[in-house]
Amino acid sequence: MLEIHNLSISFQRNRASFDRETLSVVSDISLSVQPGEIVALIGASGAGKSLVAHALLGLLPANATMSGEFIFKGKRLSPAGIQELRGREIALIPQSVTHLNPLTRVGKQVYRSARLSGRCADTAHTSCDRTFARYQLADTVKSMYPFQISRGMARRVLTATATAGNANLIIADEPTTGLDPEVSEQSLAHLKELATQGKGVVLITHDLENGVQIADTLVVLYEGMTVEITPARALEENDLIMHPYTRSLWQALPRNGFMSLPPTPSSSTLNRNGCLFAERCPQARPGCRQSAPSLRRVNHKLVRCNHVAG
Amino acid sequence: MKTSAIIHSFWLQKVGRLMLTLALVATLAFTLVNLSPVDPVTAYLGMDRMQIGQEQEQLIVARWGLDKGPVERFFLWTGNALKGDLGRSMIFNEPVTEVIAKRFLTSLNLMACAWLLSGIFGFVLGVLSGLYKNSLLDRCIRLYAYTVASTPSFWMGMVLLAIFSVQLGITPISGAYPPGTTSADATMWQHLHHLLLPAATLSVIGIAQIALHTREKMIDAMNSNYALFAMAQGDSRFGVAVHQALRNIALPAITLQFASLGELFGGSVLAEQVFSYPGLGKATVDAGIRGDVPLLLGITLFSAIFVFGGNTVADLLYTKLDPRITNRSEPL
Amino acid sequence: MRAPSISLPRVAAVTPIPRLTNRTRAWLACLSCITFLVMLFVAAALLGRSGLDIDFLHRKLAPSLAYPFGTDWLGRDMLTRTVLGLCRSLAIGLLAAGCSSVISIVLGIMAGTMGRRVDSVLSLLIDTVMATPHLVLLILVSFACGGGPQGIIIAVAVSHWPRLARIIRAELLQLRESEFIHLSRKLGKTPSWIALHHLLPHLLPQFMIGLILMFPHAILHAAGLTFLGFGLTPHEPSIGMLLSESMRHLSTGYWWLAILPGLSLVFTVKLFDILGNNLRTLLDPRTAQE
Ligand SMILES: Nc1ncnc2c1ncn2[C@@H]1O[C@H](COP(=O)(O)OP(=O)(O)OP(=O)(O)O)[C@@H](O)[C@H]1O
Ligand code: SF4
Ligand SMILES: [Mg+2]
Repeated sequence: MLEIHNLSISFQRNRASFDRETLSVVSDISLSVQPGEIVALIGASGAGKSLVAHALLGLLPANATMSGEFIFKGKRLSPAGIQELRGREIALIPQSVTHLNPLTRVGKQVYRSARLSGRCADTAHTSCDRTFARYQLADTVKSMYPFQISRGMARRVLTATATAGNANLIIADEPTTGLDPEVSEQSLAHLKELATQGKGVVLITHDLENGVQIADTLVVLYEGMTVEITPARALEENDLIMHPYTRSLWQALPRNGFMSLPPTPSSSTLNRNGCLFAERCPQARPGCRQSAPSLRRVNHKLVRCNHVAG
Repeated sequence: MKTSAIIHSFWLQKVGRLMLTLALVATLAFTLVNLSPVDPVTAYLGMDRMQIGQEQEQLIVARWGLDKGPVERFFLWTGNALKGDLGRSMIFNEPVTEVIAKRFLTSLNLMACAWLLSGIFGFVLGVLSGLYKNSLLDRCIRLYAYTVASTPSFWMGMVLLAIFSVQLGITPISGAYPPGTTSADATMWQHLHHLLLPAATLSVIGIAQIALHTREKMIDAMNSNYALFAMAQGDSRFGVAVHQALRNIALPAITLQFASLGELFGGSVLAEQVFSYPGLGKATVDAGIRGDVPLLLGITLFSAIFVFGGNTVADLLYTKLDPRITNRSEPL
Repeated sequence: MRAPSISLPRVAAVTPIPRLTNRTRAWLACLSCITFLVMLFVAAALLGRSGLDIDFLHRKLAPSLAYPFGTDWLGRDMLTRTVLGLCRSLAIGLLAAGCSSVISIVLGIMAGTMGRRVDSVLSLLIDTVMATPHLVLLILVSFACGGGPQGIIIAVAVSHWPRLARIIRAELLQLRESEFIHLSRKLGKTPSWIALHHLLPHLLPQFMIGLILMFPHAILHAAGLTFLGFGLTPHEPSIGMLLSESMRHLSTGYWWLAILPGLSLVFTVKLFDILGNNLRTLLDPRTAQE
């Protein structure tokens, strides 16, 4: 349904006189999503996950440059094409309540989203009511302002906003951050349900656990690069994890005993010639700092590491 | 129950604040006026003083209470002011309260027109400028606003006067109604005709502040998360501006407009001087130049109330119109 | 899942667009202001005072090559009058802004260092000064001084300080809580040492920029007050006085008496306003790096 090829994003910043600095934040990300599939985009905070979603929707800030290509339902997307698809074919469930207009009642925002997805006034009302019922939001919530609703409710309202239309691809940005376990469970269940209806889902999260729970495919990002693309099942068997970074994420999970890595070096000191992970990698060898590994196919997975044996 | 208590405390606080402000302003103004080397009797009589006998002069001094000390005079004046008597204006020979009331009504037309015009145009220009940031339109609006901010309003009035009244002859040169008529005879159209240039002068200047403020807010709003989400739902930039951004920037703009009544008052003083418009601003200048102390004090107090009123409305709008503050007490 | 094609990152090459940074802009603004001042003084010296002589043969002449700004109703050269008036306006503005910023810094430091009580008294004073429209206060003070140039300067000085005083007070309160001041205290440095080594370097730029930003305002308000008829004598006219006189001749069609002197005032004020704003952007950490 969706394919992203070699997506790179960089920012321009003015430095001294007449000098501009280019800051590369996402490089060479490729992934694909099938109908009914959940693809989890996993990476630490600042890895560039949200930017991938914004790039797909054509909503990068003005000082960003992007290269790469998106193919949606077999057609290559142009910037104008993206504009047509936003809200109608591709829907975003954003990261937090700050994405709701603070001065508009919640019901009206869901209704507006339904209208924007191409529904006429009548069907928009019914679909708005339907999604409210679907996500167990009481009718009284409609007349509330975003600051009046709880976090869990906000999550459901955001999901309702994205599903008030009839989009086939849903991008959920951090749907569980800041929620207690019960509510985040519910939030993930809602995504799972959307996938079973045949929609493609991109789940953006920093929590590997979420990915393992409901996703079919995991795409692991480190400093804006794909380091591994693997079926989610593979993780359950620890030795099938190929990339040292993924393995470290896995070992940091509560159920695996919180083994954590040394802290991330600041990106200015990051050595861009060699493997980006080399500073923190437990398996790092001298060669890793000299030549950057490329994404290789090993055992039906894709891994960016020089020292993974097939 | 609970809300009424909140409302009460709001008004009590405001009234207390107003009283305190007025007391301080009155003290300050009275002190300043008493520092003045200008002798009120000379100011009042001018050249005629030579021809007046000692006794008559004593009479005037006694009637104005000038024989008493400044502190005593201050309490006398305050006591009368509390009773609503601000004394008699020397130059108009009428009670100060009446002069202010009459003059203010004339000025009110002017200020209201200018306030509305600058508010509406400033807001619209600010929205367009922020929406099409860095476009040619935005550059023009910004150039205009920044230039006008360094332009004295009285000079702007003179330029408009030279162009429209003198060269083109389409607007009257001065006054609030045609010479030879009184305010009561003049038709509504004549009033408006005379209002045109002074109001335009004030608006041309007033637009700048509100436009620049709205522009900043608009840019923030268009970069906000909710604008991003609305665009992700398929809305166009213009749609986002109308449906999402406007409601977020309107309230700060209206509030700013109310909070800048002081500048409007100051602007009207200058504009009325240029166009010889017989409003409160002209009266302020006359009182200052001709040493009409009671009128000057009265106008100072009145202008403080005027500014305070504007700020109170601004506060009130925020607390009443912003749901985040109005609905604070509602439970989740 | 389809195998993604693998390639090296292809980031579109960005050609550097030559845009002025804030620092360059500030330098340019500074240079323009200095050039302007030098040109003004040179012009004043070259023109001398001969243009001020009354010449009934050349009355009310529109601008021409011989008289670029025209002549007035007494045949005086308007260019000479404008240049001298501008010098005078600048001097008045500088004096007023200087006095005002001294008041600001004294009161700001008092509010920031002398404890709660002084602070609240001063904030009450600020509220009182801000409670009436600016112009009403200007008229009151100028009346209190009995008019004259000193009345204008005192009026502008007395009414412009609250803003800068607030900035200095806020800066001081913030500095007092900062780490390095705490550390210096622990190290046993004397208050005067701290003031000299830590407070002064932070306050001085704020003060300078406050002064420069206040300067154009002071010129404008002084001009307004003079225009209304308070203060300056007609013998040594500032721009406000020139405009006030021209007002009487405006309705008879002598536009150049008002337009050109006013325009030169606007130009001057804008120049210094740009300088002040540029310096402020440099000082503000949020915009300094752009
Ligand atoms: N407008 C911008 N200008 C410069 N850099 C930016 C801009 N927006 C984002 N970045 C950089 O891009 C990187 C990725 O940001 P992004 O929001 O995609 O992170 P994320 O993976 O979504 O993290 P989080 O989990 O915190 O949401 C960040 O390091 C940030 O510094
Ligand atoms: S290439 Fe080397 S440093 Fe990078 S992940 Fe593999 S082993 Fe670690
Ligand atoms: Mg994010």
